[in-house]
Amino acid sequence: MERDAVPGEMLATRGRGFGHRYLPFAYPALVITAAVIVFPWLFTVYMSLHDWKIGQDREFVGLANFVRLAKDVRFLESIGHTLYFTALAVVLPLVFGTAAALVFNERFPLRGLFRAVFILPMMATPVAVALVWTMMFHPQLGVLNYLLSTVGLPPQLWVYSPGTVIPSLVMVEVWHWTPLVMLIVLGGLAAAPTEPYDSAKIDGANGWQIFRHITLPLIMPFLLVAAVIRTIDALKAFDTIFVITGGGPGTASETINIFLYLQAFSFYNIGYASAVTIVFFVIIVALAVVLLWLRQKAKWS
Amino acid sequence: MVMSVSLRRFARKLAFGFAVFVIVSPAILVILWMLSLALKNEVDNMAYPPVFVPSTFNFQNFFDVIERNRLDLYFLNSILVSGFATLVAIAVGVPAAYGIAKAQAHKLAVLTLIARITPALSYLIPLYILFQWIGLTGTIWPIAITHLVITLPIFIYVMIGFFESLPQELEEAALIDGCTLWQAFRHVALPLARPGIVVGGILSIIFSWNNFVFAAILGGRQTRTLPVAVFNMLTFEQVAWGPLAAAALLVTLPVLVLTLLIQKEIVGGLTAGGVKGG
Repeated sequence: MERDAVPGEMLATRGRGFGHRYLPFAYPALVITAAVIVFPWLFTVYMSLHDWKIGQDREFVGLANFVRLAKDVRFLESIGHTLYFTALAVVLPLVFGTAAALVFNERFPLRGLFRAVFILPMMATPVAVALVWTMMFHPQLGVLNYLLSTVGLPPQLWVYSPGTVIPSLVMVEVWHWTPLVMLIVLGGLAAAPTEPYDSAKIDGANGWQIFRHITLPLIMPFLLVAAVIRTIDALKAFDTIFVITGGGPGTASETINIFLYLQAFSFYNIGYASAVTIVFFVIIVALAVVLLWLRQKAKWS
Repeated sequence: MVMSVSLRRFARKLAFGFAVFVIVSPAILVILWMLSLALKNEVDNMAYPPVFVPSTFNFQNFFDVIERNRLDLYFLNSILVSGFATLVAIAVGVPAAYGIAKAQAHKLAVLTLIARITPALSYLIPLYILFQWIGLTGTIWPIAITHLVITLPIFIYVMIGFFESLPQELEEAALIDGCTLWQAFRHVALPLARPGIVVGGILSIIFSWNNFVFAAILGGRQTRTLPVAVFNMLTFEQVAWGPLAAAALLVTLPVLVLTLLIQKEIVGGLTAGGVKGG
């Protein structure tokens, strides 16, 4: 997205007017994209306007599905769960990822190996990871409660209690996706100029002052990119939640995505589920736009 | 004075080493715990306080889990799905990325962005119905085709960045010498793009391999992929922790080993676009 801008502008002065000759190269991909991305979108809009259960007749109902959604308490609660989960699953990886990036920006022996180990969680298969965490969360035999007991803390119910289920799932999400934030911020640190640091050292600034007044402003654009990506991914989080709790206990961890899954593939209300899809997409785009707007604002000031 | 300076430097090094240790330990501990669960017998796995190092290394879990759950079949399915989705992504993605980079048609690249933003489940409802209509349900094709939603955007995104970083002069010389656009692409740009294709292809394979939700909905008894098979062990059968952890490890081990082996390339590809599947 952003990084395309600079080389793109350089090319533009050279090849404007001839660029369209290259478009046929993209046609096969466009056909596939149309089939697996555009068609589903149009069809979703069509379905959302119908009362449609798999295996039954469909009936055009206009916006009735959306009206029903606005009054569906379970759906409204799922929006709350999603926002709670997302807020934590964006902020915590940003904090930890930045700290890790500051460390990996230093030169030290075996840095490449340690960095590879650090990014293993984001490459690992989510279902496999979720299985291991499920066993770790076990209230009687789980290793997490054992670790708590070694430091004198009382055992927790983790994902088995409505009060702690979402923070527990956030823990898995933070473990899983902090590496992605680290990589983005590390890219920002690598691109940062060295002069401000030299003069700050001469002025006798301490570590925190240097971070607060030099490093943080320099990496701010990258942090905002990471925030956008994290927001989109956290809103869409599915695999680990589905495997570990399936939305439970009760509906305590039912996010929009889980609600969508249950409507579509457990209850087969595909008309209703399509309406959920559209509302969900609007929420994702709206939050992404807000963050991008914040980014523009940060640029101007 | 000299003494205290070197002492302070030593203390700082020690603190830094400790920071590195703290930062990588969550990743290491969870993976080691998976390994430990997979290698322990049931007595050790059900012990409290937990046993960390197995009393006997027990590879039986792996054999049991492969045999009882037909993991060999699902392994093959996973390879077919990821392989197909990645090969198609390469075949159409390389020229597409080249065309988009050359024509600066970044509006077309927005399509890949939409694919990145849209929740996977929203493709699944319409495609599920479509595959029912054309009678492909029950075969491996619906899974392989829908995995293009994962592989194609990742691959195109990595390749656009790669083609834009290549020097223009060689192709321009080829065009002046009378090559067609296709020949300039085929004989000049394509050979130069090989490292990018490898990185993009590997990332496509990994994220397709890891994907759960497409095969969970579209896969049948014969056609499910490894992550789905492992998930089903959790829900439909009362399986002990050892075999379950062994299955989880079998699914994710190839990815972890690959990441460690070519970490530099993977990090480069990932930073290129902040890509992620699903």
